[in-house]
Amino acid sequence: MARISLKNLRHSYGPDPAAESDWALKRFELTFEDGSANALLGPSGCGKTTLLNIISGLLRPSEGSVWFDDRDVTSLGPDARDIAQVFQFPVVYDTMSVYDNLAFPLRNRGVPADAVDRRVREIAGMLDLEDTLDRRASGLTADGKQKISLGRGLVRSDVNVIMFDEPLTVIDPQLKWRLRSKLKELHRRLGITMIYVTHDQTEALTFADRVIVMNEGVVVQAGTPVDLFERPQHTFVGHFIGSPGMNLLPATFDGGVARFAGHAVQTAIAPGMVPAGAQLQIGVRPEFVSFAGTGIPVDIEKVADAGRFRVVETRHGQFSIRLLVGEDMPLPSERACLRFDPTFTHLYADGWRLGERPG
Amino acid sequence: MSGRTPNQKAWFLVLPVVVLVAFNAVIPLMTVVNYSVQETFGDNQFFFEGVTWFEQILHSSRFHDALQRQLLFTAIVLAIEIPLGVAIALAMPRRGPWASTCLVLMAMPLLIPWNVVGAMWNIFALPDIGLLGYSLNALGFDYNFTRQPLSAWSTLIAMDVWHWTSLVVLLAYAGLSAIPNAFYEAAKIDGASAWAVFCYIQLPKMKRVLMIAVLLRFMDSFMIYTEAIVLTGGGPGNATSLLSIDLVKIALGQFDLGPAAAMSLIYFLIILLLSWIFYAVMTRDEPQ
Amino acid sequence: MRRIRWLVPALYIVFVLLPIYWLLNMSFKTTNEILGSFTLWPGHFTLENYRTILTDPTWYTGYLNSLAYVLMNTVISVTLALPAAYAFSRYRFMGDKHLFFWLLSNRMAPPAVFALPFFQLYSAIGLFDTHIAVALAHCLFNIPLAVWILEGFMSGVPKELDETAFVDGYPFWRFFIRIFIPTIAAGIGVAAFFCFMFSWVELLLAKTLTAVVAKPIAAVMTRTASTSGYELGLLAAAGALTIIPGAFVIYFVRNYIAKGFALGRV
Repeated sequence: MARISLKNLRHSYGPDPAAESDWALKRFELTFEDGSANALLGPSGCGKTTLLNIISGLLRPSEGSVWFDDRDVTSLGPDARDIAQVFQFPVVYDTMSVYDNLAFPLRNRGVPADAVDRRVREIAGMLDLEDTLDRRASGLTADGKQKISLGRGLVRSDVNVIMFDEPLTVIDPQLKWRLRSKLKELHRRLGITMIYVTHDQTEALTFADRVIVMNEGVVVQAGTPVDLFERPQHTFVGHFIGSPGMNLLPATFDGGVARFAGHAVQTAIAPGMVPAGAQLQIGVRPEFVSFAGTGIPVDIEKVADAGRFRVVETRHGQFSIRLLVGEDMPLPSERACLRFDPTFTHLYADGWRLGERPG
Repeated sequence: MSGRTPNQKAWFLVLPVVVLVAFNAVIPLMTVVNYSVQETFGDNQFFFEGVTWFEQILHSSRFHDALQRQLLFTAIVLAIEIPLGVAIALAMPRRGPWASTCLVLMAMPLLIPWNVVGAMWNIFALPDIGLLGYSLNALGFDYNFTRQPLSAWSTLIAMDVWHWTSLVVLLAYAGLSAIPNAFYEAAKIDGASAWAVFCYIQLPKMKRVLMIAVLLRFMDSFMIYTEAIVLTGGGPGNATSLLSIDLVKIALGQFDLGPAAAMSLIYFLIILLLSWIFYAVMTRDEPQ
Repeated sequence: MRRIRWLVPALYIVFVLLPIYWLLNMSFKTTNEILGSFTLWPGHFTLENYRTILTDPTWYTGYLNSLAYVLMNTVISVTLALPAAYAFSRYRFMGDKHLFFWLLSNRMAPPAVFALPFFQLYSAIGLFDTHIAVALAHCLFNIPLAVWILEGFMSGVPKELDETAFVDGYPFWRFFIRIFIPTIAAGIGVAAFFCFMFSWVELLLAKTLTAVVAKPIAAVMTRTASTSGYELGLLAAAGALTIIPGAFVIYFVRNYIAKGFALGRV
């Protein structure tokens, strides 16, 4: 177990980075608490795999350092960091049996045979692999192989952190949830620091206690799933998380209050200083928009049924605003007024939430 | 080959190929079969002889000698070329400009007409004026491939290794490139040694490629003709008269149609049989 | 250990280049000089050998003949193999597995076995000593190879492409030529490369089926060796020139060599 800190980190794949765009990872600091379950969430190319490889030691950062507890491990390779990694597709040693696969990392480190046997059976039990121990690894299904990959990481008792690089990509949909719950269960049981990279928000939000959202090499927000949902620090987080994503409407700042199309909108934080010349936006999730007697007038365009609720798409002028309505609630016919819940309505300047900026 | 729809009209698509290949394969083979069971005295008169020629060939010491030489040659050549080719492929960088330069240079022997290969090595190995011949003799070896069977064999084998190892390298290299990086990364994390990486990752993943390489080299070395005959002419005497060389001597040299035809069929059958055995052994534990 | 690693391919490449260098060395010497002394480079550098070859019709027609039948064979093999490979890749039909295997088994046939029968067959149909004869004869080995390679590449193209085109109203041949073939262009390149390679280097059948008109360069070289004594310099130059088309082809496909050898199925 270890607490992982990334200090002053920046990484570029090219030799002489000049512009901001040359950096795959822009400068940031990040800490993963010992025993926490974290997710790195973001679209393809946002830098999450780069970050993962820097933590595991497969990649050396251009600038900055990586610390495990109080040790600077920046110059150490992956075998010296005692980490485990589960890749996108199952990596197993085909010619060996499941037992030998699990025993491999221990044998390479010279662990005596009886200790190996005990540990392998223990881990196999945790992963429900006991029945397959004697079978050839190549004969298992994809989820079985991923469990073997995971097992090879768990089998070493001194493992500091387990990293997952989109591990459910090749798993059948109906088995995904089973593997996901197994991962969560293992985390609760073993308390090892885990870092889970994915582009799927459901996976991230259900697995992790703390989600780090990344976009284009920038760590946009790091917080609990609730935080990300209720207080997105960046418009990107607003629309990437949640389905449907956050409504973003152009705003002005007038008379001490934010306004959309002339209508005053109360926001969670009373904006003190609004930077001049910034592009302002009001952000509010469909979950926090409701029909009201007075408010912003809209025309109702479309109603989509999503099971237990309905997504109503409305229009004000050229802007569309979505809201969620329970399945049994009555809907106004054509025109209505909308109210935004002030606690969850935010004002954004140039994409960043006003009032708070990440450190 | 999954997801194919049944469609008998597909035969029209394969018809040209079937016709051309059959023309080239079936008619000559029928001719050969024909000759193999008949005797002729040269003036287009044929007499049915049954299995006489087959018996003659199968009992002939000349055939046995040629077959033994051939088996020995193929065995030695496979034993050198496959491990050497794999070793070279393993030692090459996995990507980058050096890699393609190396591959291009190594591919050269594969595109040289076989008679030129033979002629080149002939000139190269001549005792007084060839680089190899001169050097070996200067170093104290008594080397003359036109007069000594051992020298002839060594030169023949060296030539084949020079000629075909590159094929194994190219195939092995392709197989190695197909291994995703994640496997090497996982092995690093697991603390595996280079030898373990070879045994448990590289070799198993190259299995299909190596199979193709072994089969191809087996078949082609068993059929070797042109470069061998230009190099040694089958000699000295018939020290290096491998099966094809012997066969052509009988067929085109002596025009002994009957024995030649019988030998042809036996030859072909031997190759088919051995290839099938190789294939069966290698795909023994493939999950189908 | 890391450093020494690249010594292995380096040594091998030296080994590969040695006989070629020797050939080139000899090609720039006169036969007298070759027989007279042993030197690592020409004492009297001469282009006489090359001049002879490039000006004497008996010599250069040899090259032209070889190139002619090789190109013919490549075109025929690939053209016929394309529809056949498509059939094997997309359809199931009666006897398809057996047919495929039979085709491949021809690759295992020793050319020596076919030498005499081909001689008689092609003479009987009046094609003896023609380029087309050699081109057709080589089809025996090249077509199965081309079908095998192309089928591998075609199987990598999802059937949805075909189905979409048919739904869009493309007649089969238009679809095949305009849509499908560009998709597997790499595969066609690989197949053509191998056909060229095997046809260019194979000489037993080429010699057997030709006499004067379509004589390949190989036959010219061996004839020279036997009749006018050992014209080593000339022979060396002739050999050196045969390496050029090969070097050319490799240079063109250099970016695909490693990938191409994957044959789409490795």
